[in-house]
Parts: sequence; C-alpha cells; structure tokens
Amino acid sequence: MEHSALRMENITKVYPNGVVANRDIVFDVNRGEIHALSGENGAGKTTLMKILFGEEKPTGGTISIDGKEVRIHSPQDALELGIGMVHQHFMLVPSLTVAENIILGIEMRKGLGIDYPKAEQLVAEVGNKYHMYLDPKAKVKDLSVGQKQKLEILKVLIRGAKILILDEPTAVLTPQETEELFAELKHLRTQGFTIIFISHKLAEVRELCDRITIIRRGESKGVFSLDGITDEEISQRMVGRDVQLSVTRTAAKRGDVLLSVEHLTVSEEGGKPLVDNLAFALHAGEILGVAGVEGNGQSQLVDAITGLAPYDNGSILFNGKPIRHNHVKDIRESGVGHIPEDRMTLGIASGLSVTENLIADKTGWDSLFNRFGMLDANRISSFSEEMIKEHTILCQDGSVSIASLSGGNIQKVVLARELSSEPKLIVANQPTRGVDVGATEFIRKQLVALRDKGCAVLLVSSDLNELFGLSDRLLVMYGGKFAACFTDPSLIDEQTLGRYMLGLERQDDDEIARSAR
Amino acid sequence: MNTKSINRLVDATKLAMIVLVACLLVSVIILLVSEQPGVAISSFFLGPFSSLRRIGNILEGAIPLIFTALAVTLIFRAGQFSMISEGAFFIGIMGAMIVGIAMPLPPGLHPLVALLVAGVFGACAAAVPALLKLKWQVSEVVTSIMLNYVIQFFVIYMVNYHFREPEASSLASLKIAESASLPGLVPGTRVHLGLIIALLFSVATWFFVFRMRAGFKIRLVGDNAQFSHYVGIKAPAVMVMAQIIAGAVAGIGGGVEFLGMYTRFKWTASPGYGWAGIAVALLARRNPMLVPLSALFIAYLNVGSGIMARSSDVSSEIVLIIQGVIMLMIAADALLQNWRQRLIVQNATA
Repeated sequence: MEHSALRMENITKVYPNGVVANRDIVFDVNRGEIHALSGENGAGKTTLMKILFGEEKPTGGTISIDGKEVRIHSPQDALELGIGMVHQHFMLVPSLTVAENIILGIEMRKGLGIDYPKAEQLVAEVGNKYHMYLDPKAKVKDLSVGQKQKLEILKVLIRGAKILILDEPTAVLTPQETEELFAELKHLRTQGFTIIFISHKLAEVRELCDRITIIRRGESKGVFSLDGITDEEISQRMVGRDVQLSVTRTAAKRGDVLLSVEHLTVSEEGGKPLVDNLAFALHAGEILGVAGVEGNGQSQLVDAITGLAPYDNGSILFNGKPIRHNHVKDIRESGVGHIPEDRMTLGIASGLSVTENLIADKTGWDSLFNRFGMLDANRISSFSEEMIKEHTILCQDGSVSIASLSGGNIQKVVLARELSSEPKLIVANQPTRGVDVGATEFIRKQLVALRDKGCAVLLVSSDLNELFGLSDRLLVMYGGKFAACFTDPSLIDEQTLGRYMLGLERQDDDEIARSAR
Repeated sequence: MNTKSINRLVDATKLAMIVLVACLLVSVIILLVSEQPGVAISSFFLGPFSSLRRIGNILEGAIPLIFTALAVTLIFRAGQFSMISEGAFFIGIMGAMIVGIAMPLPPGLHPLVALLVAGVFGACAAAVPALLKLKWQVSEVVTSIMLNYVIQFFVIYMVNYHFREPEASSLASLKIAESASLPGLVPGTRVHLGLIIALLFSVATWFFVFRMRAGFKIRLVGDNAQFSHYVGIKAPAVMVMAQIIAGAVAGIGGGVEFLGMYTRFKWTASPGYGWAGIAVALLARRNPMLVPLSALFIAYLNVGSGIMARSSDVSSEIVLIIQGVIMLMIAADALLQNWRQRLIVQNATA
C-alpha cells in the first residue's frame, strides 16, 4: 500500500474581496511520486499551494503530513515540516554567488564571520548528489534561467525539504532546459522525494507525473492516474467543456507594409545593446511571431514600438509615420493596440472598476464624453455591458473592482479595451501567460480574427504552441539580434527552434534580412 | 447581500467606531487629568449645542476645513502628497486682503474679484512643488512643507511692511472695504455666505472627480501612474493640474474665511487649517461629498474643546489628540477586517 506523504482535507479559502479560491478541496499526495496539480488559472492551484507553504491562511480545513495533523502558519513552519516551494518568479539576489544565495538565512558561522569554504563545499556536494551541480562561486546574474531554477531547487533541498512544490517551472525554460529539469526531477523521485508539479501543459504533465489532481473554479475535479486518462478527459475536467487546443486558421492574406523597423538599437544605461540593429517589416493581415528565451531584447523591442521607452538608433515607421518615445497618445490614436506583458502593473488600474479600466484609453473619445468633458454615464455603461458580454468577462457587473477578477478575466478586460479601439496593429506581449485554457483559446481566436480583418499582429510569446499555432512568420531573438526568420513556421519543430533560441544555431544574415521583410 | 454592500456596512461601522473610540479616549484623559471631570466632559460634548451662537461656531469653523480638505482630496486622488493646502490657504488670505484693501469695487463684484485673486495666489503656491517635481523629481512632500514656511513669513512681511494699520499696537492690517465682506446668513451668529460656497465647492469637486474627463484622468493617474502612461495620458501634466486646482480651492478657502469672518488681517502664524484638512479628508475617505460632514465633526470637536478650556481646567489641545487617534485608526486597515472577512465568507459559501 502506498504511503500518503501529505493530505490536505476540505480546504476552503475565501479572499477578502469575496473570491472563493478554494472550496472543500481534498489533495492527497503519496510519498515518492510526482503529482501534477492542474487547472485553469484562477482555479485556485496557487492559492492551495500557498496555504500548504504557510503563505496564506485557510478559512477552513486541515493539513496532515505523514498522517499527523499539522498547523502551518509561515513558510518557516512549512520548511521545518520538510515542505519547500520553488516559486514561479525566482527569489534570488543577482549580485551574490550561488553559495551565498543558498545559505542566505541559514549561514554557518565561523567565529564572527560566515564559513564560506564550508558553504561552497556543501553546495557542491548536494549539487553532485542530485545531479544538479552548479559552480558555487558563480554570480547568480551570470546564470542562465535554467541554472537559476536549479539553484532555487537546491536552495529548497539544502533546507531539508522532502516535499517540493514547483509552480509552473517550465514557463521560462527552453525545450532543452525543460528536458534537463525533468531528468533531474525524475532522479529526485528515485531518491524518495515527493514533488508537486503545478502546470497546465498537458504534454509535460504526461511525461513527468504519476498522478494528477484537477481543480476547476476552486473545486477538486478528482485525482487520476495518468495511465488511465486521456488528454481530452483532462482538459474537459479542467474547463468543463471540450477545448479545441489548436486554433484553426486559413492562409494569411498579406497586405501592405504597416510597420517597418530599420537599424533599431536600444542600449542599456551601461551601453550594452539589448536590441542590436534590428530590421523587419510587418504587413497588414499577418501575425508575426517573435520567439526567444525571455530577456533577449523582446521587451525592449515592444517598448520601443509602443512608444513607452526610448530607442537610441534606427527608425520605426508605422503607416509611414515615425513612432516617437512618449507620444503614446498619438501612437494609440494612429491605430496601435498593446497587450502588455505584465498586466497587473501596466495593463490595469487595480483600484478602479472594470468599466473604468475598459474606457481608460478612450478619454479622447467623443462618444463617451459630452462636449463639456463630462462622462456620458449611459453610453459608458452600455459600452461596458457590451464588452463584458462580447468577451465573456466573468463579473457581477462593470462596477465591481477589477482586482476581484481572476487573471484570465483581467486579461480579457485588457484585450477588450485594446481591441475596441479598432487597432491596425496590435502588439501582443505574452498575451496568454498565466491565463486559463478557456481564456487562452478565446484570446488566440480573437488575434486570428483580427488578422483576418486585415490587422497586423506582432506576437511575442514564450509559449511555443502559441507561436507555432498562430504565426504566419516567425522571428527568433537571441542576444538582441534575430537568430532566424521562418517564413513557414509549420515546417520546423520545437527542437530546431530551441537551438536557435539558445543561440546554438544562427541563420545567415542575408537570409534573415530577406525573410524578415 | 453582495460584496459591495458588505463593504459599505463595514466601512460605516468602522467610521462610527473610530468616532466612538476617539470620544471615549478623550473622556478617559479628562477623567485622569481633571479636578472637575464632570464639568469638563459635559462642556466638551454638550457645550457646542448649548446656544445658537455656539452652533453657529461649529458651522463657521467647518467652512475653512471644507476647502482645505477638498484640496487635500484632489491632491491625494492624483497620488501626490503635497502638503501645500496650508500655504495655499494662507496666501489666499493675503490675496483677498490686498483686493479688499487696495481695489475699490462695487459690492457683489468686490468679494468675487477678491476670491478669484485668492484662488490664483493659491494655485501659484501649489504649482511650485508640483513643477519642481515635474522638472527635477524633487519630493513634493518636502518642498511643500518648506514652502509653507516661506509663504507664512512672506505673508506676514507683506502685512507688516505694506498693509499694516499704523495705529495698531499688535500686528493688524488696514481695514478692508465693507463692500468686500461676505454677508452673514443667520442673525445672532457669524455664519456667512461662505458656508453655501463651501457646500457648492464640495458638490462641484465631487462632480469634477467622478463625472468629468479630467477627474477620471486624475483617478487613473493616482491609482497607477505607469498604467496611465501606457494608455496615453500625460501623467505628469495631470499631476500638476490636480495640484494647481487644489491650490486654487485652498486659496479661495483662505479668501472666504478672511472675507466672511474678519475685517482685518490679524494672524501672526499660519492657522493650521491645511493640516487639519488632511484629517478631514481622510475621515471623509477622500470623497468630496462626505467632506462637509467630516468637517462639521472636526469643527464640533474644536468648538467643544474651546468651551471646555474656558469652563474647566483641561486645555483645548486635547482635540489634537483626537485628530491624531482618528488618523491612526483610519490608517489601520486591519481594523474590523476579520468581521468583513466573516461576512464575506458567509455570503460566498451560503
């Protein structure tokens, strides 16, 4: 009989804004298994894990470890019980070394100082033991994303964790790095560690995990052995209806050049170019995908095109007119929409209502304001109702605070706002990151529909399925330059793309220049 | 009950509790320090209602607070923390005084022009920290507080050297023309037309903040400046605009107070309405419509403490303790949070 390592029983969590994140959830994990926790975003996975790690207090329910009921009030308590969490966003100090980051808070002393040689030795030993060796003296800022993640896992292991929680660990990794991570995790499993793997990528869950717990709208939809359930059954339980996982689309009807970028260079304050002499053209009626591991210049490229940040060289022409830094209003009025990467800080004003967020970019619209500059309450509320209906935004009505919505619904508000301004070009930066399957499908369909109406779409994404499924052409960025440009993305596979993303391969400059127009 | 009405119920209860705790605390302090606590407590709480004149005092006292609190509300709504209301109010007094003394105009027009000048002076004062921040990112908190002192001494200098009554032994300006005064409203009290102006300003400010394009921009910028930049609003310009309008409101408030209550300038220091206005604005939860109520409450405490100081052995500064306690408790987000949470849980799981 398998031995239960962890059991969370009847967990309920109600947030102060009235959102029921968890309702009577039962979550049971056996010792030595990799257990997937899957569900749409806003389903309550992260909340459940935060409760387990002591970061949130449950409204009701009990937690037992090895059959003994425990109370977890803080991450400290959780670590003492052998529970460790690797967060989606790394919690590391870039200027410190690997060893220093690991011993932060648990420093071994030698007299008045810290015993660095001992710490480095320990880090190397543990790294070797679990096949995750990192140079203890390397500075964290010089590590790759995959190595940083290893470091996070090592941090938890050295603190004595027997149960590891990994919150969407593959979101930031290349295919190769993901494979490496999986090998490491499987090795940990053979050593008797228990791993909770939060993810909604079915292929990864299937490759790695033994069992899966599915959560939908804060309720558990059951525990399944992965041998006994099909992908369709899983996605059905996750979203409660059949999801078409790929968006069907017809061939692009490519029109005139809408956006033309020449010699674009954006430098860091120190002078290191983050975007290095880029040139490409985006045509009406096409979706141009931009692939790349995060931090290879995509954000700087997007900020330059949307006028949010300066660029120091080159030109960006939209419809023949130059795009200038800080002229955001003009840029928007000329027909550029922007779905930002970080929706909570850039995409919404969290203290305002859904309606107010929907009209935030329309303060120049005559249809929503009368000639004295007064808000036209009737028109605004009917506009908001229409948007909420059209985009199936889940909320009581437009007057509720946007902060009470789930991630996917917030993203739908952003999408609704940007699309309702009838853009000719939409810059979508990670449009479906952290968004549930249902909303993801909706957003992707909208982008394709937009393209079919003759709009140009610049799609920056780290989701390869999204890039393959939507792009008419695909650019790959590495180190601020284009490493490749594919005019037919359907002809390449993930492994090939991964090599370009990692900078292992590079197309000929002339070839890139030709196909990027 | 939906989440919105739960929030309203809890917020109202919290406000009532804050007021109650503040009053209880005052009573306790009085009991501890006073030889005749009965007299002190009753004159504090009941004194303000004991005669028509005293009720009038409450209303008069609320007028300047309404103006400064509206100014504070506008500034805070834009996400700025300029403390300029104090200085803008004081320099507004000077503006009204200059017009009242030096510009002979017919009644009706005279106070109007005086108030306009007061507003312009206030706006100019508020523009200084706003523009310093716009241009050089200097913290508006620091510059506005420093500027308040500059304004205080500048105004006193102007009165002393250019508008002083030569006959007077203590600091007093020349008398303003009668045509400039704001007429009284209620015989037997000093309640003046300024009360109506203050109420109109409250409604207008509410309308501006919640129903106008410019007010909407102020709220957007105040809630998330990065977001407002992203949707194409020139956030720095909106911040400056909000502070200039706020300065004008506070300046007009200074003019109203001066023309309604005084015939000569007699202040030897800035009167502190700008600071009290912060407490009033926070108590009103930055809602212009609630500002008059919260100003009346603070004015009631001020009048009560004055009466108590005259009729017992407790000094009037006790009212500052109350204001401090109120501000602390308003800032305490956790207060009643458990109850709110319980109601929401019941509601959500029902």
